[in-house]
Amino acid sequence: MNGTTNGQGPAVELAGVVKRFGDRSGTEVTAVDHIDLTVMDGEFFSLLGPSGCGKTTTLRMVAGLELPTAGSIRIHGEEMGLRPPNKRPVNTVFQSYALFPHMTVAANVGFGLEMRKVPASERKDLIDWAIDLVEMGSMAHRKPTQLSGGQQQRVALARALVNRPEVLLLDEPLGALDLKLRQQMQFELKNLQREVGITFVYVTHDQEEAVTMSDRIGVMHEGRLLQVDTPEAIYERPTTRFVADFIGQTNFLEATVASGEEVVLANGDRLRLSSDQPSGSSVAVTVRPERLTVHRRGEAPMDRHCVEGRVETVTYLGNAVVYGIGVDWMHLEVRCPATLAGDRRDVGDDVTVSFEPDHAAVVTG
Amino acid sequence: MPVEAPPGDAPELEDTTEVATLGLEHQAERAKARQGFLLGLPTIVYLLIFFVAPLGFVVAYSFATRTSTGRTELRDFNLNAYARLGDDIIMTVAWRSLWMAVLATLICLVLAYPLAYFISTRSPAVRNMLLVAVMIPFWSNFLIRTYAWRVLLDSDGLVTQGLELLGLGDGRILFTSNAVILGLVYGYLPFMVLPLYAAIERVDWSLVEGARDLYASGWAAFRRVVWPLSRPGVIAGSMLVFVPSFGAYVTPAILGGNKEGLLGSYIVLQFLSARNGPVGSAVSVVVLGVMLVSTLIYFRAGGKNL
Repeated sequence: MNGTTNGQGPAVELAGVVKRFGDRSGTEVTAVDHIDLTVMDGEFFSLLGPSGCGKTTTLRMVAGLELPTAGSIRIHGEEMGLRPPNKRPVNTVFQSYALFPHMTVAANVGFGLEMRKVPASERKDLIDWAIDLVEMGSMAHRKPTQLSGGQQQRVALARALVNRPEVLLLDEPLGALDLKLRQQMQFELKNLQREVGITFVYVTHDQEEAVTMSDRIGVMHEGRLLQVDTPEAIYERPTTRFVADFIGQTNFLEATVASGEEVVLANGDRLRLSSDQPSGSSVAVTVRPERLTVHRRGEAPMDRHCVEGRVETVTYLGNAVVYGIGVDWMHLEVRCPATLAGDRRDVGDDVTVSFEPDHAAVVTG
Repeated sequence: MPVEAPPGDAPELEDTTEVATLGLEHQAERAKARQGFLLGLPTIVYLLIFFVAPLGFVVAYSFATRTSTGRTELRDFNLNAYARLGDDIIMTVAWRSLWMAVLATLICLVLAYPLAYFISTRSPAVRNMLLVAVMIPFWSNFLIRTYAWRVLLDSDGLVTQGLELLGLGDGRILFTSNAVILGLVYGYLPFMVLPLYAAIERVDWSLVEGARDLYASGWAAFRRVVWPLSRPGVIAGSMLVFVPSFGAYVTPAILGGNKEGLLGSYIVLQFLSARNGPVGSAVSVVVLGVMLVSTLIYFRAGGKNL
């Protein structure tokens, strides 16, 4: 199964995929609600969302561990239909790793090859390759229970990668690791993905993880796919309030759409921002705290949009200072690079907060 | 218990607290151990009187002398009884006991595994109901249940009549080795089901998903993951069936009609009819030895709980 070549068409296609679970009382829960998604070949794609948003269910449907209630799943153009997991060209790295406790690391890694009846002679080389890839060479004869969480994680990765799947599915693989190890593994995973050139579909609830590693991110909420875009676009130009809020800190300024090119803020200020919402619909303008600048009252440059307010809180973070600014109709958070104490605004100062219209986005919901 | 004084000369001022703490820790440990012993004491005494002592008698009897009147006297300890163990009659009975116990164990395993698998994959509510159902036979006496089989297997019993109606031979099972095996399987099946259930239920289902994801068919996933991981249950269940089957007395006595005597019946025979205490004891000691070895094999195989 060496069908992986970078950037040649879609690897995974979901069309109108729905998954409903019936519970005991007969009520149905819609875990995944009409998802359309195309993951390209060689891409590192993340499904991001809070727990219970349906991202793991989506992944499990691609793996064949759950069957969709409706819709179609294709892998490299082939309809998966009712195909059982063992007949799909994908492998999964499970959140719990699911390593076989009664087998050594090498036997775990070789399991998929053995099941596909790869000759023992070839198997050995592939196992060595995969174990070396994750730098577990010295541990090949240990049992999983003798390994640390991070080491188990590597074995799980090797066990999946050794099969050279067309698509590798990863279900929160770093969730059980501590912060330091997680950051290191993020880096290694990304490198590994480049090295082997396999399409990764990565499920996580950690927005930082998704932003750091992914080529594109799909943000999910309550079974729906809200936005699919590059990490930068998701961060800078979110289309819904949920996405803006879920990815990093942000400020929302309540507004109404005046026309396709203009919105009116709650204080009556007009702002040139395009929106696809009809005139009169209520939206919000989102601006990241670090995109806002604080000036002494009246010193703001003319080409920026300004809001007047008063400093309510000043929090020194070492490399940054966060101001809480009270505007009569709302509250804003501003994050500035740390300056020396004399150059800082104080609580009670009257200030003007400014931002470039380019740095704001109109969100709905 | 005397409080232990800090050893040696008066220590330096800084060390005093540490030494004192160590002493306290030690005392607390001793007190805990003593408490545990006291709690266990009644049971320990009970077991010593009613289990260890009688066992000692049996071992002593096996080396004792049988007088011409059939009395067993604890003098002139010898190996005569053990020398008789090679007798044809004893060897025949021993082999019959062994293969019947093995056969009963295998049949129980084959019957119980799918059932245990089925139960452990149900929802918790259904699971508990089925487990209670498995245990229902224990609510009535083993002896009575075995006699019930005798009624069923009798020449005008339900089973016999049924088999004849279906044209499956003359249906005469009672007082054959088949009846004994039937009785053993019937009696000890729950002892196989319960540990198997416990073992299968403990298998992490995500491991099966992992195997399926790694190209294993349903059968391969079972063979390579579920079966090896449920092995402690297989061993425990086999032990729980094999050991009592090997020494069974009631079942062969009632369903085998003593034509197909097993070791249990033979021992009783030696004590009550043949009045040969030493031989009966020697056979008992050997049977106990076999069971002990089986148990050790079980623990060696890595089983932690029965």
